[in-house]
Amino acid sequence: MSAVFIFLAGLLLASSLAAVMFRRLVYTALSLAVAFASLAALYLHLGAEFAGFAQVMVYVGAVAILIVFALLLTRNAGSDPEHPGHGGSWITGAAIAVLVFGCLAFNIVTSSACARPMPNPPSITTRQIGESLMTRYVLPLEVLGLLLTAAALGAATLALEDKRKS
Amino acid sequence: MILLYSSPEALLIQLKSWTVSLAPAAWQPVLSSAISALVILLLFAGIFALTTLVERKGLGRIQNRPGPNRVGPCGLFQPIADGVKSLIKEDIVPAAADRAVHFLAPLVVLAPAALALALIPLGPGLAAVDMDAGLLCFFAVGTASELGAFMAGWASHNKYTILGAMRAIAQMISFELPLVLSTLTVVMLSGTLSLSSIAQQQGSYWFGLPAWNVFTPWGLAGFIIFLIAATAESNRSPFDLPEGESELIGGFMTEYSGFKYAVFFMGEYFGMFAISGLTITLFLGGWNAPFSFLVWIPSFIWFLIKLGLMLAWFIWVRGTLPRVRVDQLMNFCWKMLLPLSLLNILAAIFWHFTASWQFPGAWGLRWAIGFGMIALPFIGISQSGARQKKWGPRIYRYAD
Repeated sequence: MSAVFIFLAGLLLASSLAAVMFRRLVYTALSLAVAFASLAALYLHLGAEFAGFAQVMVYVGAVAILIVFALLLTRNAGSDPEHPGHGGSWITGAAIAVLVFGCLAFNIVTSSACARPMPNPPSITTRQIGESLMTRYVLPLEVLGLLLTAAALGAATLALEDKRKS
Repeated sequence: MILLYSSPEALLIQLKSWTVSLAPAAWQPVLSSAISALVILLLFAGIFALTTLVERKGLGRIQNRPGPNRVGPCGLFQPIADGVKSLIKEDIVPAAADRAVHFLAPLVVLAPAALALALIPLGPGLAAVDMDAGLLCFFAVGTASELGAFMAGWASHNKYTILGAMRAIAQMISFELPLVLSTLTVVMLSGTLSLSSIAQQQGSYWFGLPAWNVFTPWGLAGFIIFLIAATAESNRSPFDLPEGESELIGGFMTEYSGFKYAVFFMGEYFGMFAISGLTITLFLGGWNAPFSFLVWIPSFIWFLIKLGLMLAWFIWVRGTLPRVRVDQLMNFCWKMLLPLSLLNILAAIFWHFTASWQFPGAWGLRWAIGFGMIALPFIGISQSGARQKKWGPRIYRYAD
């Protein structure tokens, strides 16, 4: 484990914890953006350029911005929106999280895939990803595109409907 | 070490590697990055200082006034005076503001803009970061500036800043679509995301004339769409709604003063340099000379000349065009630029698949068809829009 990895992993853990612990919605949104960005940096550290930049563009550029935009539209400028505390439910949540993590970790460690010697990681360039998306995986890509277009059209229709009634 | 002179670019690269080789081996990668970062920051900070002066002078000329002319000969030292002023000015943070986020916002705007500058190749081998997915990285980095606008607007706890931030985010998200779609044509036709290879591919000459992307029908349309979207992305006039002074005081920057405001200002200009550099790299031949008999002038000089022309264009537009309204801005983006940039992809595909046409006049025919594929829909969209709004021909009435 290199120092860069430890730093990024620490940042990711700290910012994801901050995203659930902060009381102020704005802070949680911003720390969520930091968590997304540090995950992207981890991808880049592992040499996955495309995954890293796609992570930044989709999660920081779209998801985090969407949350932030919703905050801007729904809250007043002067108020500090606070969500109520977690109460006693956090104990149950933590127990379930530990249980799930334990199950997954146990299964991964004892699986036969882990026993095999690690093969040399293939060096995948962005060009190769693009070429396979356009040749072998072109049908899934097109179906996804159709689905997203339908979703966008549906959202626009819903918004227009609302406007006509009022 | 002996410096072998082959080209001015190679001399610069050798100079850097010689400097790096002086350091102990463990520090060499760090030193190499530090030198690149220092050169980028100093070069563009210098251009920033010069641009503020030229912009104020140019706007002054356009508005029939002299502009700054008191500090030094012809006002040449005005940027230094501005810098000193912003350094010693009081830094005011509103009492209700969120101090931490208020402090971080200018940095979140400036840092990605500086990072984007590192990706632009100034000459062959003269890019601080030269990666395979350079274009992807450019757009990924650019998304952070939207967060910066939000942080500034939110942390100030002021209704004008919130309105400004909302406008900024809405505008940047909307115009990112035509911006990215118009670069897609270049990526498709050159088959790479690496900015230096894209610039390299435009380096050939045809009877002494350059083979830049802007001289193809899809390239011309893509260049125009990209330029408009880039103006909006960098919040420049006529798309400077996020800081429209007449209605929002200063937009999301209202509550910033002193050096924090200067950092915002610098971030905005760095963003403008970066997107100008990208325009040059994608459409205007990168560092290549415009005519084959001028190739003896070093590549980075050509890049800087083109950058200067792009900045002059931005200043000229700012001085000439009035600000648009919010609904006009959004309609223009979604109903005009987005369909046209999608059609432009079709035009690029047409250009690619007719590259094998050999008969005489084939080039002219390809040009005409490709150009018509974008120009006719453009006329159609604008005519139908005018009909919907019941706009007749414009009638000018002069005072009697």
